[in-house]
Amino acid sequence: MSWTDRPHVRSVLRMALATRTDRRPSFARTVWDSTVGKKTVMAVSGLIMLLYLVVHMIGNLKIFFGAGEFNHYAHWLRTVGEPFMHYEWTLWLVRIVLVVAVVAHATSAYQLSRRDIRARPSKYVHKKARASYATRTMRWGGIILGLFIVWHILDLTTGTVHTGGFQEGHPYQNVVDTFSTWYGNVIYIVAMLALGLHIRHGFWSAAQTLGVGSRTRDRFLKTFADVLALLLTAGFIAVPVGVMTGVVS
Amino acid sequence: MKLTLRVWRQQNADADGTMSTYEVDGISPDMSFLEMLDTLNEELIVKGDDPVAFDHDCREGICGACSLVINGDAHGPERTTTCQLHMRSFQDGDTIDVEPWRASAFPVIKDLVVDRSAFDRIIQAGGYITAPTGAAPEAHATPVPKPDADLAFEHAECIGCGACVAACPNGAAMLFTSAKINHLNVLPQGAPERETRVLDMVEQMDEEGFGGCTLAGECATACPKGIPLMSITNMNKEWLRAARRAKR
Amino acid sequence: MTSYADYTTGEPVADTKAPAGPVNERWDKRRFEAKLVNPANRRKHTVIVVGTGLAGGSAGATLAEQGYHVVQFCYQDSPRRAHSIAAQGGINAAKNYRNDGDSVHRLFYDTVKGGDFRARESNVHRLAQISVEIIDQCVAQGVPFAREYGGLLDTRSFGGVQVSRTFYARGQTGQQLLLGAYQALSRQIAAGNVEMHPRTEMLDLIVVDGRARGIVARDLVTGRIDTYFADAVVLASGGYGNVFYLSTNAMNSNATAIWRAHRRGALFANPCFTQIHPTCIPRTGDHQSKLTLMSESLRNDGRIWVPKAKGDRRPPNDIPEDERDYYLERIYPSFGNLVPRDIASRAAKNVCDEGRGVGPGGQGVYLDFADAIERMGRGAVEAKYGNLFDMYQRITDEDPYEVPMRIYPAVHYTMGGLWVDYDLQTTIPGLFAVGEANFSDHGANRLGASALMQGLADGYFVLPSTINDYLARNPHHDTVTDEHPEVQEVLAGTQDRLNLLLSVDGDRTPDSFHREVGELMWEFCGMARTDAGLRKALERIPQIREEFWRRIKVPGTGEEFNQSLEKANRIVDYLELAELMCLDALHREESCGGHFREESQTPDGEAARDDERFAYAAAWEFTGTGEAPVLHKEDLVFEYVHPTQRSYA
Repeated sequence: MSWTDRPHVRSVLRMALATRTDRRPSFARTVWDSTVGKKTVMAVSGLIMLLYLVVHMIGNLKIFFGAGEFNHYAHWLRTVGEPFMHYEWTLWLVRIVLVVAVVAHATSAYQLSRRDIRARPSKYVHKKARASYATRTMRWGGIILGLFIVWHILDLTTGTVHTGGFQEGHPYQNVVDTFSTWYGNVIYIVAMLALGLHIRHGFWSAAQTLGVGSRTRDRFLKTFADVLALLLTAGFIAVPVGVMTGVVS
Repeated sequence: MKLTLRVWRQQNADADGTMSTYEVDGISPDMSFLEMLDTLNEELIVKGDDPVAFDHDCREGICGACSLVINGDAHGPERTTTCQLHMRSFQDGDTIDVEPWRASAFPVIKDLVVDRSAFDRIIQAGGYITAPTGAAPEAHATPVPKPDADLAFEHAECIGCGACVAACPNGAAMLFTSAKINHLNVLPQGAPERETRVLDMVEQMDEEGFGGCTLAGECATACPKGIPLMSITNMNKEWLRAARRAKR
Repeated sequence: MTSYADYTTGEPVADTKAPAGPVNERWDKRRFEAKLVNPANRRKHTVIVVGTGLAGGSAGATLAEQGYHVVQFCYQDSPRRAHSIAAQGGINAAKNYRNDGDSVHRLFYDTVKGGDFRARESNVHRLAQISVEIIDQCVAQGVPFAREYGGLLDTRSFGGVQVSRTFYARGQTGQQLLLGAYQALSRQIAAGNVEMHPRTEMLDLIVVDGRARGIVARDLVTGRIDTYFADAVVLASGGYGNVFYLSTNAMNSNATAIWRAHRRGALFANPCFTQIHPTCIPRTGDHQSKLTLMSESLRNDGRIWVPKAKGDRRPPNDIPEDERDYYLERIYPSFGNLVPRDIASRAAKNVCDEGRGVGPGGQGVYLDFADAIERMGRGAVEAKYGNLFDMYQRITDEDPYEVPMRIYPAVHYTMGGLWVDYDLQTTIPGLFAVGEANFSDHGANRLGASALMQGLADGYFVLPSTINDYLARNPHHDTVTDEHPEVQEVLAGTQDRLNLLLSVDGDRTPDSFHREVGELMWEFCGMARTDAGLRKALERIPQIREEFWRRIKVPGTGEEFNQSLEKANRIVDYLELAELMCLDALHREESCGGHFREESQTPDGEAARDDERFAYAAAWEFTGTGEAPVLHKEDLVFEYVHPTQRSYA
């Protein structure tokens, strides 16, 4: 018999092994099964969307340079990467990445939120308002943004809920139409304010989740998040404001 | 001082609880909050009522047993443990709400007493350095840079009271777990188990039913020992590093 | 009928386990002579450990590492909360890292001398030897001791010694060491080698055929009373300072485990040796539930003084330098503020008795950091003592950076405890006592930073070596069950006691009795004791006991979480232990260490030992509640450190 089969050796080995960790699941499994991992998914997907928003916001500002330039820009989006890419391939690629990011972000958020609510089933009798400010803005803000995205796509991409006659290939006019209605402005501006708050806490949170925050960097990250949130909100809201004030018409 | 107390009373884990109102008189501002509760309990016993059950032991702010949410704040208005909170922090005539830690991972045992054994299981999952007695090398064999030693100490100060969980809107135990991980992972002695430690402890933390972190920061505000929120950031970093490196 | 004070003297008791020969070889020799248990057989042995402090936690972890099946108990909700956690100052070790002339022999010498020559040389020497290994062990576990900029360990000096051998982790050394032991224990719990029972309190010891075979314990959550059986029982339940009601002990620290063991036949040694710590925060009123210690390390840089004039009510900062009496520096110029605890405490009592005390009721002296702040700068003082200063400010609402701290002595530690031999075994075979629960290493006074050292030495190194010998020599082939008549008797006794407490339904709370006996003990068996006072206490205690059983009120039932019942049950034992403490103090007609008999002092008021008559450890045998106990003496032989009048002048 091998030496490891001797009873006393086996008992000693068992003892030694008992505290050793068993085989680990795959990286993806580890990430998805853990609260910390799921937060990472949220952070990464959030940053992808944030990057997209920055580009999107800059593109939007072209509306202030007239219908020609704006429509040309919109058309260019469909031809990026040509001749290597076919017409709209790049756009679809971006769309796929974004859909994956949105779904991953929302699913993680939903699952984590359910978990969080389960973890604190009974509330304190003595209420403290501040305790859940950040959490609340993230959750409600997230839901508002989710609904907004649906409306936004139906309004300006597919034109399904567009008022004023949606014209494929004439984004300038479509935008002006949308922001010529009071509800179009309200929906959009509310959503952009929610976006600002969401980014303000979300960007800094993502940095913490990814472990890039540190005591010396914290101030910078917080300021950066504030500035980013402000710029994006202001940049996006500039469009409806432009339409309302007649700068864009 | 004369005070009105509204205290959470719950006969046992299965019973429904409710806030009961009591009046206490003759409270000295020099009394600790727990001594004020002692006074109430002495009166209740003599009247033949059931005294209010609460956890407490050292009353020096170090054992981590005391655990009351006072007016919605874990450990009350000052940044300290309940046992080190004094009545001079309140005004004559105040109404004070006293509740237990609330989290599904901390079920109520009776009144203000909760079961925090989940914390022990998190430590059991990896919050140690494997160093069997007798196997230790000479203490000076491995110098530890002072900043690292100080950082380890700062995190090792955690008393395991659970105020972080009580204060967290998600009932998360991230600050507690991260404090131990940072304490041990920053030291050279803790390096060999650096990865398994963080993965196993986080896994156990999740299994216990604690919520996730939304970085609300309430934990660090409530922590009587001042464990910083950055502790969680660092744990996330350690976790990601470990998840990437873990042997398949 | 004979009274309790009419004790009889029985056969002397002797430590038969310490080998003869040079003191520095005894531990090696004992370890070699001790029989071993085959590693494969160890898991067949169950060892019960009661308590999870430094001694219990380290013992449980180490025994489990060795392969024993450990069943461990603590009354707290987690093993991490044992009161060792509150130790502040540090842990001694003869590492001589400072190159200041320290050595194992010097630590041995200092400890025997500090204990006023009432400790056993063999044990103390072993403690000094092991001290070195403890630091290594703790560093390996990740205990974040204070370090120098070069990355090496820092040390500081402590009362009663002239070398710097105290390792520390800011003001939380006990916490850090305890967490180290707790983490080692947690690892064994996870591995299935330790079966941990938190919120479970030992209520009695099970002795079968003359050997300790288990305990009766109550689940504090459900109230369920259960028996637990084992091949050996280790008590690591701490000291009994809470007899005094006000002490620096945790509120729930209690003497029940050791007292029940004593009632079952374990001798109780030197019960009157209690340590009164000089630097505690004075009490503020009758509501006071416990006292808070300020680490002795503060005496490194703080200066202790009172006004020269009686009844000087001026604020401290208004009292000019030449009207202050730095009495410790005046009386003990070479040790100054760093004299041992018993001496510092008594000196504080003396100046307060003279009417020069400060603060409410004149029960306090100043501990002044003005000089230190001027010399080192506020930053340095803050780095060294910041957390202590914060704690002081929180409790007293006074800023110690601006106004001197007020301090007063308080009960802190009990040197006495269950009598144990060199193997830490009590007089009941199979029952071991470690840490503060035993009497072994500190004599009549413990030096600062030595309790942590002893607890860890016992738990990590001594017990795991010596318990093998007992288990190897006494294999248990029979299993004990609840049906065994001796177990039945213990179970029924426990149940009856709790039922009785619940059924009296009187009009006084448990705390009121605790406070009453505590005040009595503080007055007559505290810092200074007299024949007349002790006799008075001995007369009062049975009366309180009688009243207790007539008027105690315990609400609720035994089958639930019932903190009043827990408390009342502990007081039952205090009311018996207090009597033995007073008798021990009465019989020891000498002053030594923490035991000061006013009848026995030198012309200048120092403790006068009587080595002729009292160079022994007094081990008492229980004969019945309120019945005169039997005294067994263990003669103390000093071969290496010759008893002299302790001088710190």
